[in-house]
Amino acid sequence: MRRAMNIRPGGGARVLLALMPFLLLALVYVFGSAERRAANPNDKLLPPISEMADTTARMATEPDRRSGEIVLVSDTVASLQRLALGLGLATLIGLTLGVALGVLPAANAMGGPLVAVISMIPPMAILPILFIVFGLGEMSKVVLIVIGVAPPIVRDIAMTVQAIPVEQLVKAQTLGASTWTTVLRVALPQALPRLIETVRLQIGPAFLFLIAAEAIAADSGLGYRIFLVRRYLAMDVILPYVAWITLLAFLMDFALAKLARGAFPWAYVGERR
Amino acid sequence: MSAISVRDVWVEFGDQIVIENLNLDIASGSFVSVVGPSGCGKSTFLRLVLGQDRPTRGSLTLDGQPLRDEPDADRGVVFQRYSVFPHLTVLGNVLAAYELGESRFAARLFGAKRRAAIEKADDLITAVGLAPHRTKYPSALSGGMQQRLAIAQALAKDPKVLLLDEPFGALDPGTRAQMHALLKPLWARLGMTVIMVTHDLKEAFGLGTRVIAFDKTRHDPQAPGRFGAKITYDLDLTRDSPVPVLGFLKPPAETMAAQ
Repeated sequence: MRRAMNIRPGGGARVLLALMPFLLLALVYVFGSAERRAANPNDKLLPPISEMADTTARMATEPDRRSGEIVLVSDTVASLQRLALGLGLATLIGLTLGVALGVLPAANAMGGPLVAVISMIPPMAILPILFIVFGLGEMSKVVLIVIGVAPPIVRDIAMTVQAIPVEQLVKAQTLGASTWTTVLRVALPQALPRLIETVRLQIGPAFLFLIAAEAIAADSGLGYRIFLVRRYLAMDVILPYVAWITLLAFLMDFALAKLARGAFPWAYVGERR
Repeated sequence: MSAISVRDVWVEFGDQIVIENLNLDIASGSFVSVVGPSGCGKSTFLRLVLGQDRPTRGSLTLDGQPLRDEPDADRGVVFQRYSVFPHLTVLGNVLAAYELGESRFAARLFGAKRRAAIEKADDLITAVGLAPHRTKYPSALSGGMQQRLAIAQALAKDPKVLLLDEPFGALDPGTRAQMHALLKPLWARLGMTVIMVTHDLKEAFGLGTRVIAFDKTRHDPQAPGRFGAKITYDLDLTRDSPVPVLGFLKPPAETMAAQ
């Protein structure tokens, strides 16, 4: 018998193994839901999948009676807009500051401790301040995501750039490079694959901050809807919304992973599968 | 011309003396091999000439001009490892040598300039025998091929001085012999001054026109950092020089200058 760590599943077995836990979870839910319905026909906690499908179809196709908008679509657009703005700004800040801190010793001496301290501030703790300063509109939500997500990106990119062997920086200089061209052609390209990986890891926190902000003060958005219908114990809305958010986050993660491997093949040569 | 002159150079890190009172004149166009035990300051000396480290005292000059105390295009370098850019192909690596210095803002060349640079880069890639691999990334190359690429890259800027820091130390003997066969004619053709740090005595004598050995001549067991390394052997291997005998020491630089 081979050691467990040496047993590698093949193609088909891999798909089967991946699907198994999902099917198991679905099965547990279906049985639990049926069980509760049998005991109490008015149960709201575990609605059957058919009921959730009906609700989802209604929310995704029929316009809302009050606002005239299709709720699922308008919620998704509102949330994704905030998320894209927040993550995009955080990525931009993270890359610029991170590369600067990584390449310039003086910038690191000045900004390193500051970033280390700022990244320890719990973003949720300053949410009230953001609401007071930026109002209850879009701005405060975007800023919350940026504040929550940018510091880890800055630190990660700075560390990635500092991990570039000094030999490469010296080599670039012997080829006549200035600080700027070294940044542009040596530091930046080697930071980019890591940037995508970091942003992938930050999708989760970004959604966390988005939904937290929407739960407290918003008039549309995925988090807003979930916390709105919570009052009516409308699990047939909440659960599909959670699944939808998960799917969106998963697709973003998947797309970024593909993008990184397509754009930077050199960075994934040694990858173990 | 690319004569290097080292005057009264001391290198100290804290209270540890690495190199003490180094005086050395390297003639233009010579191939100097630097040997010595580990930790005797060979690589420190190379980094001094490179501008990566600065002497605590003393001065270094290139053709009478003080050496800039940061790396520049006058001095090319090949390190033992990490010498090439992993995110660029073979062609991209050599092309970067032209783009990094000549395009101050975009760090990229376009149009006719780019075509000319690619042509020059291709010549160099062919000269080091990497033509079939020009679109590969360094990770797909063997250690010997990576070092050949590093040499092509360093030669692209036509440096006055080429510094080699144990360039072939990590290669197998066969590949190493190939690298020697590659490097020697390149050096003979281009006529630059070469300083090579190596652990391999055969390599040092086989390639060099001059072999310099660094070592600590004094040792205080109570204070290991008290004394630095000096030149213990300085052998001239050129044809018209006296036959090198172990222990044969060149007169110190001061008396040579007086002659």
